[in-house]
Parts: sequence; C-alpha cells; structure tokens
Amino acid sequence: MPLNKDIKKTMVIGSGPIVIGQAAEFDYAGTQACRALREEGIEIVLVNSNPATIMTDNVMADRIYIEPLTLETVKRIIKKEKPDSILSGLGGQTGLTLSMQLAKSGFLEEHNVRLLGSFPDTIDKAEDRQLFKETMIEIGQPVIESQVVTDVQSALDFADKIGYPVVVRPAFTLGGSGGGIAYSREELAHYAKNGLMLSPITQVLIEASILGWKEIEFEVIRDSAGNSIIICGMENIDPVGVHTGDSIVIAPTVTLSDKEFQMLRTASLDIVRALGIEGGCNVQLALHPTSFDYAVIEVNPRVSRSSALASKATGYPIAKISTKIAIGYTLDEILNTVTGKTSCAFEPTLDYVALKFPKWPFDKFIYAKRDLGTQMKATGEVMSLADSFEMAMMKAVRGAEIGLETMNMPKLKPLPDAEIKELLTKATDERIFVVFEALHRGLTPEEIHEITKIDNWFLYKMLNLVQYEQLLAEGKLDEETYRHGKKLGYTDKAIRSISGQQVPCQVEPTFKMVDTCAAEFAAQTPYFYGTYISPAAGGENEAAPFVRKAKKGTVVVLGSGPIRIGQGIEFDYASVHCVHSLKKMGYEVALINNNPETVSTDFDTADRLYFEPLNPEDVLRIIDMEQPMGVVVAFGGQTAIRLTKHLQKHNIPIIGAGADCIDMAEDRERFDGLLERLGIARPRGFAVKTTEEALAAANKVGYPVVVRPSYVLGGQNMIIAFSDADIREYMAIILEYEEENTVLIDKYLAGLEIEVDAICDGEDVLLPGIMEHVERTGIHSGDSIAMYPAKSVSDELAEQLLATTKQICKGLNAIGMVNIQYIILDGNIYVIEVNPRASRTVPYLSKVTGVPMCELATRVSLGEKLKDLGYGTGLYPKADYVAAKVPVFSFAKLTDVDTHLGPEMKSTGEVLGLAKTEEEALFKGLVAAGYKLDDRTGGVFLTVRDSDKGEIAKLAEKFHGLGIALYATAGTAKVLQDAGLTVHVVDKISENEENSVMALLESGAVGYILSTSARGRDPRRDSVKMRRRACLLGIPCLTSLDTANALADSLMSRYSQQNTELVDICNM
Amino acid sequence: MKGYLVLENGKVFEGKRFGAMGDVIAELVFTTGMTGYLETLTDKSYAGQMVVQTFPLIGNYGVIPSDFESDKIGPGGYIVKEWCQIPSNFRSEGNLDTFLLDRGIPALSGIDTRALTKLIRDAGALNACITDDPDKVDLAALKAYRITGKVAQVSTKQAYTVQAEQEKYNVVLLDYGVKASIIKELVKRGCTVTVLPHDTTAVDILAKKPDGILLSNGPGDPTENVVAIATIKELLGAGVPIFGICIGHQLLALANGFETGILNGGHRGSNQPVRNTETGKVYITSQGHQYVVLREGASDNATIFFEHVNDQSCEGIRYANAPAFSVQFHPEASAGPLDTQFLFDDFIKMMEG
Repeated sequence: MPLNKDIKKTMVIGSGPIVIGQAAEFDYAGTQACRALREEGIEIVLVNSNPATIMTDNVMADRIYIEPLTLETVKRIIKKEKPDSILSGLGGQTGLTLSMQLAKSGFLEEHNVRLLGSFPDTIDKAEDRQLFKETMIEIGQPVIESQVVTDVQSALDFADKIGYPVVVRPAFTLGGSGGGIAYSREELAHYAKNGLMLSPITQVLIEASILGWKEIEFEVIRDSAGNSIIICGMENIDPVGVHTGDSIVIAPTVTLSDKEFQMLRTASLDIVRALGIEGGCNVQLALHPTSFDYAVIEVNPRVSRSSALASKATGYPIAKISTKIAIGYTLDEILNTVTGKTSCAFEPTLDYVALKFPKWPFDKFIYAKRDLGTQMKATGEVMSLADSFEMAMMKAVRGAEIGLETMNMPKLKPLPDAEIKELLTKATDERIFVVFEALHRGLTPEEIHEITKIDNWFLYKMLNLVQYEQLLAEGKLDEETYRHGKKLGYTDKAIRSISGQQVPCQVEPTFKMVDTCAAEFAAQTPYFYGTYISPAAGGENEAAPFVRKAKKGTVVVLGSGPIRIGQGIEFDYASVHCVHSLKKMGYEVALINNNPETVSTDFDTADRLYFEPLNPEDVLRIIDMEQPMGVVVAFGGQTAIRLTKHLQKHNIPIIGAGADCIDMAEDRERFDGLLERLGIARPRGFAVKTTEEALAAANKVGYPVVVRPSYVLGGQNMIIAFSDADIREYMAIILEYEEENTVLIDKYLAGLEIEVDAICDGEDVLLPGIMEHVERTGIHSGDSIAMYPAKSVSDELAEQLLATTKQICKGLNAIGMVNIQYIILDGNIYVIEVNPRASRTVPYLSKVTGVPMCELATRVSLGEKLKDLGYGTGLYPKADYVAAKVPVFSFAKLTDVDTHLGPEMKSTGEVLGLAKTEEEALFKGLVAAGYKLDDRTGGVFLTVRDSDKGEIAKLAEKFHGLGIALYATAGTAKVLQDAGLTVHVVDKISENEENSVMALLESGAVGYILSTSARGRDPRRDSVKMRRRACLLGIPCLTSLDTANALADSLMSRYSQQNTELVDICNM
Repeated sequence: MKGYLVLENGKVFEGKRFGAMGDVIAELVFTTGMTGYLETLTDKSYAGQMVVQTFPLIGNYGVIPSDFESDKIGPGGYIVKEWCQIPSNFRSEGNLDTFLLDRGIPALSGIDTRALTKLIRDAGALNACITDDPDKVDLAALKAYRITGKVAQVSTKQAYTVQAEQEKYNVVLLDYGVKASIIKELVKRGCTVTVLPHDTTAVDILAKKPDGILLSNGPGDPTENVVAIATIKELLGAGVPIFGICIGHQLLALANGFETGILNGGHRGSNQPVRNTETGKVYITSQGHQYVVLREGASDNATIFFEHVNDQSCEGIRYANAPAFSVQFHPEASAGPLDTQFLFDDFIKMMEG
C-alpha cells in the first residue's frame, strides 16, 4: 500500500524531559519521524516539553509547541491546529500513553484525527499484563507462571503457591519503576506495596522467577500488510533478572545455534502478528540455557531505547521506517538508503558485533543502592562496534567514561578473594569488573558461571583478555604480542602500563563500514568503526577513500558520549548544530561519538561518522587519517573538553578555546590569578588536600562553605557544608575516590544566581540572554528553575555583567561559547564558575531568543567576526517571551538517594514553560515538569532547617491563603503558630509512629512537601527517609524555600491548563 | 600455523590454518548468515565451493550433529575471521577445528573477510585456493577451475527410505544433494520419503507409485543435468504433484522450457526477501544461489509466483499444465528463517488433491 494521501497534517508527540528509562533515543526517533514526514510533504505539528532536543528546532516541523505533555494541553493544541492524524509510537511511553488516552476517550474521533501506528486494542494487549498473557496463551506462546494482583495479600498468596523468588512487575510504569525480585514474604510485601502505589492502574504482576535464563531481545518491524521482519536479535550478557536497560547487551546473539535463534525469531514474529502491531516493536524472551524451553517476557509496542540501539547497531533506521509504515507504506515499498538500490523488506546482517554498555549515575549518587534488578537505573549508554567480542568490550569500557582504560578496576585489587567471590553474587554496575578480577585470580569460567549464570562464552572471551594481560605482565612484548593486543582492543597506553614497556611498532587501524548487509551490496554509508587487520590478511581501510579534501578542509567534531547527570542531551544538540553549521560553511565534517541514542550518531548528520570511544588513542587515530584543519571540542561537554590536552600535545589545532584557556578556567590557582588581575570578585576560598586543611579553611572563611573537587563535571561530589562534621564526612568520601585531587573550600554566598552564555570572537562578545535562577545560590544551576529574561537584573547591572563577561572572555583568550555563573549579593557581582564551552542552557536560550548560538560560536571559532554575522554584539535585545526552565528528576528509580537539592546536580532532564509573562511561564514550566497545579485539595507539609525559619511564615501564608491545610513538625510549627497560622503538628519519624510524618504522607492528606535540612545525603537520616517516602508516593517534595515560593505563586496565579497561551515557536 | 588464500586474480590473503591440512581449489562464495555455520558446512549445495563467512565470530555454539544437513559432504574450504576455540551451547559436542579436521575441510582464519566478500561480490565468480605455499599456486589452473559433475558426486548412490511415523503419503525425493531438513519437513507431515539417486529413470520413479515427487536442492550449474531434466519432462506428464527446491526448481523450469542464467553477485544469506506476486506478501528466506531461472520463460502455463524483492528475479514458479510448483529459496530453512515452511503444507495439499 503506498502513501495514504488523506494524511496532510500530522501531530507528532515527543517524549518530554529526559528521565531514567526515557532518554535521548526519543529525540533521535522523533527527529527521524519528522524527517520522514517532511519527505512526503506532510505538515507537522510537534509537541514536546523538552527544549533541549533537535526535534524542537524550528526547521524540523511546521508548528512546534514546547508545551506541557498533558492531556489537557495536547487536546487544546489539537483543537487549535486541527491535524488530520497523530503519530503514536515514536514519543516513548509518554507519547504512546497520551495518544492512547486521546483515542480511547473518543477525542480523536470527535475531532476527525486519525491515529497512525498501532491501535488502542493492540497497545492494551501488549501493555496490560493480563490481556497480554491471555493473548500469548491463545497463540500458544509460553509465558512465565504469573498472576496479576491488585493487593498485597493476593501477591503473598500466589507466591506461596509458586514458591520464591518471585518477580514483581508493576503495570504501566516507565523503565519498570517500582519492580523488584523478592526472595521472601517480607521482601514481597515491600515490593508489592510499592509497585501497586506506582502503577497508575494499581496493578502488579507477580511471576515465577526465571533467573539465570538467557535474555534475548528482538527488534521487529511489521507493516499494515502483515509483512514482519527482524531488524536485530540481541543477547543480554546479564541473564534474566537485570533490566535490559541495565544489562550489557551484544548484537547479534552469539550463544544461540540457528535452531534456537529461529525458534525465538519465529515466536517474536508470531507475537507481533497476534498483537497486530504496525511499526517498530521490541520483544523480550527468556531462553532456558540447557533446553529449548523459552518464555515470553514482554513486548514494547513502540519504538524504544532498544530500537535506537538496534538502528545504530545495524544501520537500519527503525524510527524512520516505522513512520513510513504509519503513513501507509509497506516495507517492500521503502528504499534502503544505505545501499540505494535494495528495499527495506529484508533483515539486516552484521559483519561485526555491537556491544551496549550502560552508564549509571552511581558515581554521583554515592549513597544510592548499586543493585541492579527489574528497575532500570542507567541514565544512558555507550555502544561499541568491533570484529571481536574482546575488542568491543574494551572499547565499551574505555568509552563509558568510568575512569577505566581496561577491565581492571583498581578498587577491587586489594580485596581478599573471599570478598571478590561474595561480590560475584551481587548484580551491580560493577559486577562485570568483579568477574574480570575473579578470572585474574584464577577462578575458572565454570565456577563464575555457577555463581553469575553469565554464559561461559562471555567468560571465556574475558579469560582471553586476562591471559593476554598475564602474558604482558610477564614482560613479553614482541611485535606479534603487540599486534595481538591491538586486535583484542587494548590501547597503547594500556599495553605500556601492563607490560611496563614501550610498544615495539606502530600498526595502522583498519576502518570498516556499517552497511546493513555485510557487504552483500555496495553501500555508500559513511558510517565507520575501527579495528586492526594486517595488510597481509587483506586488511582494507574502507574509510580512507571517503576522506575527501574539501577546499576549506575537514573539521573533526567530538561528541559528548553517554548521557549522564550533568551532561545530557543538550550537548548532543550542540554537537549536531555545530556539524550543520560547519557543513553550511563548506567544511567536510567528521564526527566521533559513541552514544547510540543520539541524533549526532545518525549516519547522515556529519559527512562521516566514526562510532568510536572518545578516548585519546581512538580519537587520534581517526584524526591521523582525516588530517583535519582542526578539531572542535567546545560542543561535546566535558567529554570532549577532557581530550583537549591530548590533542594539543600532538599539535592538533583546536577550533575555538584551546587547552590553555580551558586549563585557566578549570585550574583553581590560575583562575584565581586571572580574576585578581581583572579585579573581579569571587567567593573567598582555599584549595586543600587533607581533612585537616579543609577544616581549617572552612573555619577561616566561616560556615556554610561550598566543598568540591577542583575539576568538576556537573558539580560532581559537591556539597554545602554547615559544620565540621559535614567536612569530615565529605573528605572521607572524596579521598576514597580521588586521592590526588585538590578540594576547594569556598565561602557560601546566599545571593541571586545569574547565568550567562556568551559568544566571543576574540574582540567582541554577544550575550544572547541573561538567565536568573529562582533558587538562591547553593543549588546547582542544572537543578534550579531558571528564568529568562532575568527580571531582577536592571539595565545597569546587565551592562556590568556584560562588561565583566567581556573581561573574563578576553582574559581567558576564549573563542566561541563561554558559560559563566555569577552571584549577585548586595549589588556586587561574584563569579562562581566559568566554562569556555557550550553549556546546558544553549538549546533553550537559542530557541527563545532566536539567536543561533551554536552556529555563531562555530563561525567565530573559525575566524568570522560577530559584527558581520547579523546578530550584533553586546546585549542581545530581550525576547518577547519569558521562558522558565524547570528541572526534572528521576529519584523514584534510585533507591536511597536523598532528593534534597544542593550544589551537586541531580536532575536528569528539563522542561520549558514559554509565555508572555513570568507568572504564566513558570506555571507552564511547573505543569510540564509534572506538578499538578490544578489540584489544590492536598495540604502542604513544612519542615525546615533553622536558617530557613525566618522566611517560612510568609511562605506558609500564601498556602494558607489558598485554603491549603498546613502541616509541620514541631519546630517549624511553632514559627507558624507564632505568626498566627493554624497548623497541624506532626511528629518526626523517630518520635511517634501514629502521628508521624510517614503516617501523614501515607494518608494522602498532603499534596506538597517543603523539606529543607542542614544535613542530608545519608539514607539513614530521618529527613532523607521522609523525602524518599514522598518520592515513592509521588508527592512533590521541594527542598528550597525559593522553589516553594515559586510554586505558591503559581498556585495563586489565575492560570490553569485551560487558559495559558499555546506558543508556536515557529511563529513567535 | 600460517596459511594462504590465493585468488585467481593473484591476490593473496595471509591467515591462520585450522581444520584439515592440504591444499584445496574451489570457487569462493560468501554467506551473510550470522548463525547456521553447521548447516552451511554440511550443505551439499556447496560442493566444489569454498565458503566465506561474513560474520566474524564463527563456531560460537560448537558442533551439534543433530543440526547437520548431511553426513559427509559440504563446501571444500572454509574462511572465517575468527573461530571460537571454546564454544558454549548445551548441545555442543566439540569445536569447529575438530569438526573440519574430521570432515577433511581445510580452513583459514584471521582474514579480512569483509574485504574478501567485496571482491567476490564484484567479481561474480572467483576461484581460489587454500595453500601453505602461495608461490607454488598455478594461477592458470585456478582460473580454469570449474564446478562440474557435482550432482552425481553428492547424490545418494543407493535408494533409501525414511519412514513416517504415521504414513499418509508416499513421496519420492530425487536427490541432487538433498539437505536432511527437507526430508525432516516431509516426514514430519506424514510422508514416507523414498530418496532416489539423481539419475533414476522416470519409469523407476513412477514404479514407486509416489503421491508426490520432491526435486531437491543441489550444487552446480543446472543445465549440466540433461538426464535429470529429461526425466522431469517425463514425470510432468504423469500427473503426480511435484515440488522443486533450489536446483530442483531450476531443473523443473528447464524441463518446462525456461532458461537459466547467472545472477550478478547471487543471493547469499538468511535475510533474502521474496514477494509472493499473487498476494503481495513478503517473506524472508534463506538462499545461496547464483544460477537463476530467467523470467522470460514465463507463460500462461508457468507463472512466476515468487520474485526477489530487490532484483525481481524469479524465486518461484507455479505450473498450470501439471500439478507442480517450485521455489528457488529454501523453505526448509536450516539455516535461516522458518517463514516459508508453509510451502511443504501446500505440497501436502496438492497430494491430497
């Protein structure tokens, strides 16, 4: 069936803010969808609350609404725009759920909107546990013994019947939120209660455990004619029990014989057919390791994280093809653009392996439980491509940016054997390294398999690495050994460090193409990975012929690696824009990145894509071949910045700010020296190395103080210390992790925090906008609500900020983008931090101001001058709109993490509220971030630290005035009562169980919480326990008076989801 | 131990030997299947050929005799990027090296199989030899190598019968190099299968009073098999349902006045899309062929009911003048997708009448 000509105007719903379980992959999917629709001349109406996305760029769609992804708002947009259709399967769970709600309520039919993609009954059959099970039984597919329950007792009864352990899976939650594996009645009661609470339909599935079975996934595409194909089969290295998002995954499957593979392939196709899915879909199966028994785990009836991975692993664009199918095409009508002459109705075949390695946030959340189970905890992932498992593993590990160059984890080395063995039993983010360590110590693969159930195939491959390292350690490093090491994936640095010798020769890398068809057809995809095959063995470098010499030369752009807290999708946005700008300017562009979720790793973003780790050696060998005129590091976040020194050491020109500029901004002494020279103030502080020095410094400047390591990423390991005890706790942790690092102790100034992104051409500076944080200093800029334009900044102050920014830019010799955070206190300007690179705020500021910041920064980095670029210099005129950037968190997924905000970043994503007034923008931002401002029935519970008590009464009055009941703990209550307010006094957890905070939260009487404490972090503390409980109950918990004030103001405002202005950013 | 692959164009690839020792000359072909190396290595259709695996990691699940497609003959040589010394699968009984040694198949690893595949793809047909001494290779002899007489070599010498548990039909299978799974598919459906040598006469075949005749897969140039073609012509008149697979499909077509040619590059792998021209439905199939039936022979009596999605080449013919149909691809899969196994059911239906 060809294109359905009735489709003229389609709505595309994005997935909203980045949260654990829903990351950049949906920007990739959404962007592909928009492009696919554009190709057909279909008008696109796009809705997404996440401004840091390529899909919300005004060139992607005809109408773009950065509006809350709520049913009310989407309905209003449909009424306004009158699309004839809506695309359901490409906006993650968020987009799918919204589409289904619209369809089921009859709204779509009423407004003559056609649903494109799978229909509601299909989605229900796939997502409703009971319906799914029934469907599977109907078609004879084996399912795991299970029962859907709606109360805890039924869960316990069923488990008694089938025996422990059992798996708890809540229905309709993202990334399996609230699930777990219960080994006892107590654990089950806990998980079931939790899961029931989190499930929007109060339903959990209790199922027999199939722990230890192989977990196999298939990405399937089916079209309206019923043609179904497998894009990719994938095998989880971690057997069933660890969420696939937290598993190390290899594509294709490697331990399955053809008979097993075809059995599961056929099952997947049968399942997808029975469900009636149209478009991309993910099927998860469990296979018994020593028989042909298998069981269907679940189906994701939409494009997912796995689809993005499969797309990048194979070169087959699942999201694009799913979109084409949704608008009427069948698979055989769609051309495979990789070969340019074959159809998309085929199954991609690989002549390499792809390995996915998750990126977890545990380095930032040191108190979080590292256990991996049914609930996904990873924020992002890397993928590696290689022609052997060993090399793929090595590339993945060094590309994951976890401080490892090989699989040897230093902190495991001193542990006794017994402890290593004990650690093997625990599925954590570090287990693969424990496995490696165990192999090093002589445990056999069989012994490790017994404990971990990881297939021997993987263990023996890892043993190859161990044995190679043992050979090196013995000092044997001849040419043959060296070549063998390169084939196994070792960097020269690793070989040198393990062998203690210089490498004996140089070997040339062999770049290979990813072409969907294992060279069966000639392809032109400029998508490469590197390996080592000697010329004698026929080693052919396929990238070399693609390296063209453009007149202006080639530029290499470094991407930003895996999504993590502090370095999110914003940097992929910036990288992609830099690439586009360079292409526009006539340069050849080669991009290096290893994140499969992104738009930047789409093979047609740059002229050439190298899917490689952002590690010095990997990057250098590409540069060796590309011979670029320069390398851009400024858009790839800290990942790219970190490589600057290595590049400069090899005399590779950096486009934009160079190593010296970056060092000057990051090195405390040099930076202080600069500010002193320029006469610019910063909070008083010291650099220290020991606990004693830290205590002395803190007492010298006076508490509270900000404590952090000298080189920072997203405020990593940063706290505000209020006492000596805080300093001691912090230093103990930091010294364990980073022995050699200097720690900075700065006076904490509670002022107004201002953030600017400047573009500097060496002479002039352009300030597209000044942003103001709602929260006072002390909360990381990524976690603060930021308002643009800054209302508290007078014209005079703005001029001062411009002048200071200019001074700093010049002082640093910065070129391109510079991000600066300031504190304004008593009319004085203090500098907190300067980053001579693109920042998190660039995407939204570009969209709101209309200044193409990445393009300007790219152009000035290559010598153009701001005054010639059409956007002027100095302060750019304020936009007509106010933007409120509101952070979004994933706390529900991370057990034991304190939700109290501080100088260390905790948010995973952000949303934007866009309106004519500040009040309305904030209202929209908060609604988009998930605050239910329309519901004012719940009370507010207040418990604040002493330092906040002076301001609490004024805030409480606002809530009181809205008729919202006040609850508070004794200390806070006293302040409120003194102010004449009626308060329900609640006991602390430790005081009285019946009238305790916990009982109050459970009762459902509370709609909001404000909890500030001087100390937090440690999950054993009462305040942290309370906040954790609130998080699991889904009660918004604010940890700053300023945020609470903003919320109260929004509640008091006249705005509702029915009367806000819907802003189309394409026509602002 | 070092070993070399010498191509007829003089290009030499250095690799490591495994499997059997000794030199071998064969025609290079590749397969893109990521699983199924055991089926490939025991597939008689590869007689006279040397198989290059495009997937770099081969032998992962070891050696599983129950998955073999024949007990002896397969390709003459084997080229991989890397073979798995310690395989892992609950059914595995050994590793690839031992298997190849046992079967007398010389093999090379460590070669840039992707580069080699591109050469084969672009050359069409390419002869090569595995050797320890590349200097001694006679390139003229390499160039002159042709696969001939392979059907006679791989076909069973003696008739044998595989009994169905509950026999419903009596099927004669003409063995041009049959894969065990074709017989399995028939037996599974209640057919007692009598396997006859390739040169069995029509009279002898019909004397078995078959309910249906299956023309099996097999190696080489179909036009060589003049006797078989003549026999099939005779069989067509007998009104017995006929199902042809692979070379069986080509022979049936030749017997019906079609001509065969050579595909540019061939179809090689478990991911080949074919379209049923009657329903428009697309299936993913397993293929490994270069000879193809030319579409030009189609007539009212012979419709092309399957075509390759990419190049529209003939993938299946249904005859009106006789109860016969055939497909170029492998409905028995092994290795490959099971999507078209229903064709065996169709064959059964024909026998039902």
